[in-house]
Amino acid sequence: MARINSITELEEVRKSILSSRDSKKPCITICSGSGCHASGSREVALSIEAEIVKQGLSDKVDVKKTGCHGFCERGPIVVIHPEGICYFQVKPGDVPEIVSQTVIEKKVIERLLYTDPNTNEKIVYESEIPFYKNQERLVFGFNSSIDPKSIDDYLAIGGYSALAKVLSQMSPEQVLEEVKRSNLRGRGGGGFPTGRKWGESRNAPGDIKYVIVNADEGDPGAYMDRSLLEGNPHSILEGLTIGAYAVGSHEGYIYVRQEYPLAVENVSIAIKQAEEYGLLGENILGSGFDFTVKVHQGAGAFVCGESSALMTALEGKAGEPRPKYIHTAVKGVWDRPSVLNNVETWANVPLIINKGSDWFTQFGTERSKGTKIFSLVGKITNTGLVEVPMGMSLRDIIYKIGGGIPGGKKFKAVQTGGPSGGCLPEELLDLPVGFDELTQAGSMMGSGGMIVMDEDTCMVDVARYFLEFLTDESCGKCVPCREGIRQMLKILTNITKGKGKEGDIELLEELAEVAREASLCALGRSAPNPFLSTLKYFRDEYEAHVKEKRCPALSCKELIAFYIDPAKCQACGTCARKCPSEAIIGGKNLIHMVDQTKCTKCGTCFEVCPPRFRAVKKISGEPVPDPIPEEARIIVRGGKKNE
Amino acid sequence: MDKERVDQIIDKHDCEASSLIQILLDIQSENHWLPKEALERVAERLQVPMTRVQHIATFYKAFSLVPKGRHEIHICMGTACHVRGAQRVLDAVQDLTGIKPGETDLDLKFSLETVNCLGCCALGPVMEIDGKTHGKMAPAEVANVLKNYE
Repeated sequence: MARINSITELEEVRKSILSSRDSKKPCITICSGSGCHASGSREVALSIEAEIVKQGLSDKVDVKKTGCHGFCERGPIVVIHPEGICYFQVKPGDVPEIVSQTVIEKKVIERLLYTDPNTNEKIVYESEIPFYKNQERLVFGFNSSIDPKSIDDYLAIGGYSALAKVLSQMSPEQVLEEVKRSNLRGRGGGGFPTGRKWGESRNAPGDIKYVIVNADEGDPGAYMDRSLLEGNPHSILEGLTIGAYAVGSHEGYIYVRQEYPLAVENVSIAIKQAEEYGLLGENILGSGFDFTVKVHQGAGAFVCGESSALMTALEGKAGEPRPKYIHTAVKGVWDRPSVLNNVETWANVPLIINKGSDWFTQFGTERSKGTKIFSLVGKITNTGLVEVPMGMSLRDIIYKIGGGIPGGKKFKAVQTGGPSGGCLPEELLDLPVGFDELTQAGSMMGSGGMIVMDEDTCMVDVARYFLEFLTDESCGKCVPCREGIRQMLKILTNITKGKGKEGDIELLEELAEVAREASLCALGRSAPNPFLSTLKYFRDEYEAHVKEKRCPALSCKELIAFYIDPAKCQACGTCARKCPSEAIIGGKNLIHMVDQTKCTKCGTCFEVCPPRFRAVKKISGEPVPDPIPEEARIIVRGGKKNE
Repeated sequence: MDKERVDQIIDKHDCEASSLIQILLDIQSENHWLPKEALERVAERLQVPMTRVQHIATFYKAFSLVPKGRHEIHICMGTACHVRGAQRVLDAVQDLTGIKPGETDLDLKFSLETVNCLGCCALGPVMEIDGKTHGKMAPAEVANVLKNYE
């Protein structure tokens, strides 16, 4: 491909790409995002390619491996264009039928369609499925229609037109003004106004400035940045280049976790392609503006998601945060002005430039504009990535899009904001999601993890879980975080083990206050949030653990026992066969019993006991009933009529 | 890992001290651990004190200073997997292999690590062995999966 030297040439290239494509030509797209990949999309893709060759259709049908579609629960996802017929949980064995029936004969295969669990209706098109229908996919939408490894695909959907507009029609000040007017706020956690950050950097003294993509997505249970970077890397590069132009920077970095190999691969390919096309490098599109981008891989440290720690890591040092008396926008990497924004923030920039800040501010609430991508995970029917306008209520996200809690269980809490966030109870389900609304409720937006918990989740254990995570990830530089969180973890662990004492909760509150006030960086300052929010909304659970040594959710191993109800056991023997520690005293036609001295509380018996018996129970806070006498164990079966 | 290969990796990164982490990552991914000699060579060539190399090699989770087993087991402990019972899966793996997270067994068969989110939350709890994902794991199924590895 020859270098594109001007904006006119770019439009010509775009035209020739579009004219070489026939929108009516059948195309099979396969989601190749991480979620679908894990459920076997690679094998499906391979068999589609083989089947196309086998049926001699290589010229007539296109096959495209796209990024994440978002509906990970139902992967692997296959969509047949131009009709847009959407198949879920496709297996390699389904492929010959898909090609011969749907692609050639245009017949829909019923069994691969989505079934609405409420109406039992089969749904053919993606846009009509409730999971998608209630979303507003401004940033994420293109993921499902382009091949992330093809710059031509990105150009075909109008890619790099925002960059062309900026370079030809706008001064850096105008770009800055437009972004400021859009009220775009950082999608990575804090929600700092992006335009203000850029302005600070632009006005900071110095000729060398940096722009950086923060793709060190470390929050457990959050993977939207990964999916964007894997699925649409050019949109981030375009946003970054526009930001560099506005700030006056000529060097950019993408800091991405090495745990995301596909993201590293796709973004590296994208950079190479953009360089070949002259959309990165010297004299971009003949405008005289120079900009280069390098990929820097993170080596596995959660704290490196924090701005100053990330910048220290970029310098090739251990990623420890530093005090930020001066913003990193003014004094960042190698003490030079550095703008750091999250992946999703950068991906919003081309949209704002192309469609204008007035368009962008239509979406969202007073103080939180635009959309936000959440990863809706945990005890939820439709696990996946969802993009909604700011201001949608938690209830709508969880029930309308997420389909509610599976298995007829009761909703207990939703955790937002990752380890720095908090848990919100049922009373707050009508809360609109926005930066300030979530912070006021004791949680935060964070990068957009949304973990749904049901009645079986113990809230004390959730707090313990996050503090364990943070103890492990604390860099150790400042005492309140290093020691404070560790002590909090010790006390919480004791509580979940039934060793809690009177006064523990108060001591935890005191430690939380010190960590919050005196830690160096946001990791330590926000570390108490999971504890404080669960205490605020679920104090009764803490008290049950401490005072009654009881776990109300029947989850803390040390506080529960498994017990077989003699009145319900039918001696089917399943639990005895599956128990890994031979703790079930069984026998033919004998009521089974759990040997409490051997039981490791793995819960296998509870899971395998057939639902029609439901004989295995979890008990907590009360003694296990004594074993019944041997003679009472015999089940006298009264023939078929009694069963 | 021989010295020439270490040198090649260093040269690939233009022997720049700011690329220290990237160089160590390349060595780690090829060799699966960081031998002392390799670290010394990196320190010498980049003219960075050995203390800083050690600081980085111990600070970041991606690096290992001891050899790894033939099969690397990763148990996802992300929040979504946690609420779906990842701890019980981990307990089962520990019981069966006799090693704790961060350890390698004496036969160098398995290394066990916990990770904080593999990004396939729909499949939780997730166990990954040598890059292959085993989703919706139950403690009772762990033995079945592990027996396929020699």
